[in-house]
Amino acid sequence: MESVVAFSALGAGIMIGLGALGAGVGIGILGSKFLEGAARQPELVPMLQTRMFLMLGLTDAVPIIAIAFAALLMFANPFLAQIG
Amino acid sequence: MAAGSPAEYISHHIQNLTFGEYPDGTWGFAHSAKEATEMGFISVNLDTMLWSLLTGIAFCILFRMAAASASVQKPSRWQLCVEMLVEMVAGSVKDAFHGNNKLIAPLALTIFVWIFLMNLMDLVPVDFIPYLSQLFGLSHMKVVPTTDVNATFGMSLSIFGLMIFYGIKVKGLGGFLGELAFHPFGKLFVPINLVLETVSLLAKPLSLSLRLFGNMFAGELVFVLIAALTPFYFQWALSVPWAIFHILVITLQAYIFMMLTIVYLSQSHESH
Repeated sequence: MESVVAFSALGAGIMIGLGALGAGVGIGILGSKFLEGAARQPELVPMLQTRMFLMLGLTDAVPIIAIAFAALLMFANPFLAQIG
Repeated sequence: MAAGSPAEYISHHIQNLTFGEYPDGTWGFAHSAKEATEMGFISVNLDTMLWSLLTGIAFCILFRMAAASASVQKPSRWQLCVEMLVEMVAGSVKDAFHGNNKLIAPLALTIFVWIFLMNLMDLVPVDFIPYLSQLFGLSHMKVVPTTDVNATFGMSLSIFGLMIFYGIKVKGLGGFLGELAFHPFGKLFVPINLVLETVSLLAKPLSLSLRLFGNMFAGELVFVLIAALTPFYFQWALSVPWAIFHILVITLQAYIFMMLTIVYLSQSHESH
């Protein structure tokens, strides 16, 4: 049982870490492109901002799903429930 | 609610009020997460049903009030608010939907406002309604329906059904299956096309529901963690910034669900 807990903790950490890495890089690129476009054509900023938030939500989706699953492992571990 | 370890508090607060069949055949509420999983498929999360119905009825009543007492000369403030919302949704639908269907705009409005209202329940303090419901004898009560994966999957599977229905209605059964089989590589590569197109078709409802669920579950979990791990005089310092950030997340996730619904339904109305 200890090994299940240990591996769950490790898995949760890896999930959150890699998800944060992907989200950080992706949103950084998205934000930089938005700022570039805003600097080139300031009159398009409202439209670009709407699209940027849409893209932000989509890019953030899978890392946040990973966080939700990691939180599940931390607090309501289904593997532990299977054993005991 | 104050007694017990933080871990107990946390796992108590992320457990739904599940009513189902015990392994021995009698019916009743589940008293723990383990009992709820043992009930399996033959169970209903009553708190999710209650709060999603209440928010849906509130949406219908509020918007019906605005429509029934609508006036051009002296619009009430609520009517103006509803008009702003409807204009925003209509603008998004006009931009993104390239077909001819009267259902899409009301569907988009319902999705946006209903999901927003359900997510808004997350801003109610964590212990408020569960404590009151414990006085009524209900052991668990989660007020945010969208933190229940059943609710989000219900919505996204309905949208998936609509996608397939309109795909077959507009393109015909042969056209719909032909699109799955002959895109993107052409008639010679049917197996590869089928695999790619099926995966991308199935990924749509899956990602739609899990995105909403993940965001809301993570948000609610942070609130519960703050409530469990900080002393009562310090909780405001953490939960206020998180609540302010969460207001953005709530609106954004409702808007994204609506936009993706419109885009997927538009894709099923037009050929590649």
